[in-house]
Amino acid sequence: MSNRNKEESILQLLTQKPWDPAQAELDNLHSGQTIDLSTGKLGQRYIIIVSTIFFCLFIVTYSDRMIYADWQNMPEPLLLWFNTFVLLASSIIFISVQVASNKKQFEKVKRGLLMIGGLAFIFILGQLLVWQKLIGLGYYVAGNPANAYFYLFTALHGLHLIGGLIYWGMTIRKVWSFNEIIVKNAQHTVELCGIYWHFLLFVWLVLFGLMSFS
Amino acid sequence: MAANGYEDVVKGDDAVPALEVQPQELYHAKSFWTRYIFCQDAKVIAVQYSLTAIAIGLVGLVSSWLIRMQIAYPGVIPMDASAYYQLVTMHGMIMVIYLLTALFLGGFGNYLIPLMVGARDMVFPYVNMLSYWVFLLAVLILVASYFVPGGPTGAGWTLYPPQAITSGTPGSGLGIILMIVSLAVFVVGFTMGGLNYVITTLQARTRGMTLMRLPLTVWGIFVATVLALFAFPALLVAGIMMLLDNILGTSFFMPAILEAGLGEQMAYDGGSPILFQHLFWFFGHPEVYIVALPAFGIVSDLISVHARKNIFGYRMMVWAIVIIGFLSFIVWAHHMYVAGMNPWFGFFFATTTLIIAIPTALKVYNWVLTLWRGNIQLTVPMLFAIGFLITFTNGGLTGLFLGNVIVDVPLSDTYFVVAHFHMVMGIAPVLVVYGAIYHWFPLITGRFLNNRLGKIHFWITFLGSYSIYFPMHYLGFMGVTRRYFEVFEGEAFPVSIVGINQFITIAALVTGFAQLVFFYNLIVSVKHGDKAEKNPWKACSLEWQTTEMPPGHGNFEKELPIVHRWAYDFSVPGANEDYIPQNISPSEVSNAQAEKT
Ligand code: HEM
Ligand SMILES: [Cu+2]
Repeated sequence: MSNRNKEESILQLLTQKPWDPAQAELDNLHSGQTIDLSTGKLGQRYIIIVSTIFFCLFIVTYSDRMIYADWQNMPEPLLLWFNTFVLLASSIIFISVQVASNKKQFEKVKRGLLMIGGLAFIFILGQLLVWQKLIGLGYYVAGNPANAYFYLFTALHGLHLIGGLIYWGMTIRKVWSFNEIIVKNAQHTVELCGIYWHFLLFVWLVLFGLMSFS
Repeated sequence: MAANGYEDVVKGDDAVPALEVQPQELYHAKSFWTRYIFCQDAKVIAVQYSLTAIAIGLVGLVSSWLIRMQIAYPGVIPMDASAYYQLVTMHGMIMVIYLLTALFLGGFGNYLIPLMVGARDMVFPYVNMLSYWVFLLAVLILVASYFVPGGPTGAGWTLYPPQAITSGTPGSGLGIILMIVSLAVFVVGFTMGGLNYVITTLQARTRGMTLMRLPLTVWGIFVATVLALFAFPALLVAGIMMLLDNILGTSFFMPAILEAGLGEQMAYDGGSPILFQHLFWFFGHPEVYIVALPAFGIVSDLISVHARKNIFGYRMMVWAIVIIGFLSFIVWAHHMYVAGMNPWFGFFFATTTLIIAIPTALKVYNWVLTLWRGNIQLTVPMLFAIGFLITFTNGGLTGLFLGNVIVDVPLSDTYFVVAHFHMVMGIAPVLVVYGAIYHWFPLITGRFLNNRLGKIHFWITFLGSYSIYFPMHYLGFMGVTRRYFEVFEGEAFPVSIVGINQFITIAALVTGFAQLVFFYNLIVSVKHGDKAEKNPWKACSLEWQTTEMPPGHGNFEKELPIVHRWAYDFSVPGANEDYIPQNISPSEVSNAQAEKT
């Protein structure tokens, strides 16, 4: 019942007459909250929205730049597929971690988190190997816009993943030092970290798909 | 009743909703350092933001004097073309980003949002503190660029490639790199602040405070922040790609090009400078509204309070803010009419540009109608608000000229454009900033600014800036180009423009120095101003209803206020006083009925 006042649509909201006594009676009962989500979750959505816009803009410039005559696609090392698989695996494990955390099986959560971190490091290492290999083959950043975008996208995604790892570190700390009082807190953190992880997988799949199939 | 989307209504006078937004755990400062330096209280952060913005703004102001001296009295202050371009560039960038954006959102946003929505602080105080320090870092990087070899960039505030990074442009080495890094850091810091402004407004309002009961100030800052979230990433993306072009030699924006002076082919090939322009203006046009919308909001509240009248058409005002915010993302190419575009493209952007004038004009009408038959108090804030109305209308009208492709083509890159955007984005918002400072100074310090000095400050600033920018329209019609180091060589222009330019320069110096009156007033009044009683302007919004004034740590004492009405119950028929604060319950003002707009 108490949530009902948060479900109004934007149009309903904008047509209210705040000076109208009838409306005032309704407004006096408003709890002051607009969206029924914790501030942590909203904060995370905010970050995800901003970084989605960021990547979208890059993608727009990519599609604009690739139609020029000088564009030449790069070869795609098999290692990239392996890395993609590693990231996918870490995301899948995170799903089970989220489930375990909801069931308060924190031993399982701990094991899962360690595996996820390990896979993330493998992914980053793998990406660096890809770079090394391509540079060895003579595909330098400045050689062609396709190369430039490849290095740019992998670097940006990598930076986001490093940000994710920092958050992962905070999650580990919470989960390891948790006690009964802050169970909720730890669960919340695990959930948020998981959402970000899936977001990063999604971003990678989009970027990788874009570069492979365009 | 529930169909309306609310809880079932409990009848009776002062029904109060259950507390759902959990009371915030407040951070308590323990030492001098955490209280004034690394402080997490939004009010302190607001002051830090404002002082930093104003300090760097002074650099921008002094730059403008030097620019004006070169234009009207070349040689009096020795400078070469490079120095001139660096001054022009830094002036523009500092004023738009580091002064106005930071001041409206970081300064006014931080001070007013928590107080006006009835919260103890922002929802993420720690991130809020970081936001300021990151902003300060951005400012320091900008300042550092003055001291590197080659000096700061002189590419113009739009930083267009290829010239921004090719040799021959001042600061094309480290200068432009530091400029872009500084902007990137600014965007990061702003994103942290924006996180707080958005979520505090949405989630941390006190009981009874619906979105449609918020003062327009909060609406303006809120929508401006949302715009910034969508617009700033475009600047960041453009900056990153140009940085790579510069440092790693990629060709995102750089076409095949000959090196200036040497005539040798550079290593770039195939990039698109126009792409940069699209990205830049996809940021740049919303940016002008990031500055304008908070000014719109604040001026609405100033006018309403000082005319003792509810704001005319509150709902329309909110709609206009939202619609302008949306439209501002589909007009950007009106800055590129002369970049060479498909005529249909130009047609499309001219249409959207003219459409955006409709909600803007509507706001102007509503401000005027609020004044109409109001009990106008000619206080200093009111004077500045009226000054805003006049300059903004003036600048908006010239915007209509420029929005039409055919009119714009001859006027583009002339002083007409300079006149337009200074009227609308320079003077108008700055007048609001001043009005707002005179208005909220008693809240922040407990003392008034000196009234007589305030009036002197207003009249010199208003008439002075009109003398500066009004003649520029004429210069523009005469074809005087902007961003030229020297315009008087040869016989392209009638001599009259020399006189006009000298007049403008003198007006600029006088107006600039008159700001010292303001700073004097500011500094002296902090300690020696007349003591202000609580709620001295008799305003309705919550920031004035705190137990202490200035509001203490946690804003409100033990209990958060509970809101019973909108922020504009002025001159309600039957009420004892001519205003009813938002936290006064109906039973305390029996007899009065809310006026309809
Ligand atoms: C708050 C309102 C406004 C602000 C802050 C603003 C700001 C600016 C700025 C900063 C520029 C200069 C860009 C540059 O060349 O460096 C500019 C140019 C322009 N403005 Fe506005 N403007 C506003 C309102 C309008 C309106 C209402 C219109 C049209 C209806 C308009 C149309 C234009 C056009 C077409 C140009 C491009 C002129 C050219 O470069 O040739 N502006 N505006
Ligand atoms: Cu524009």
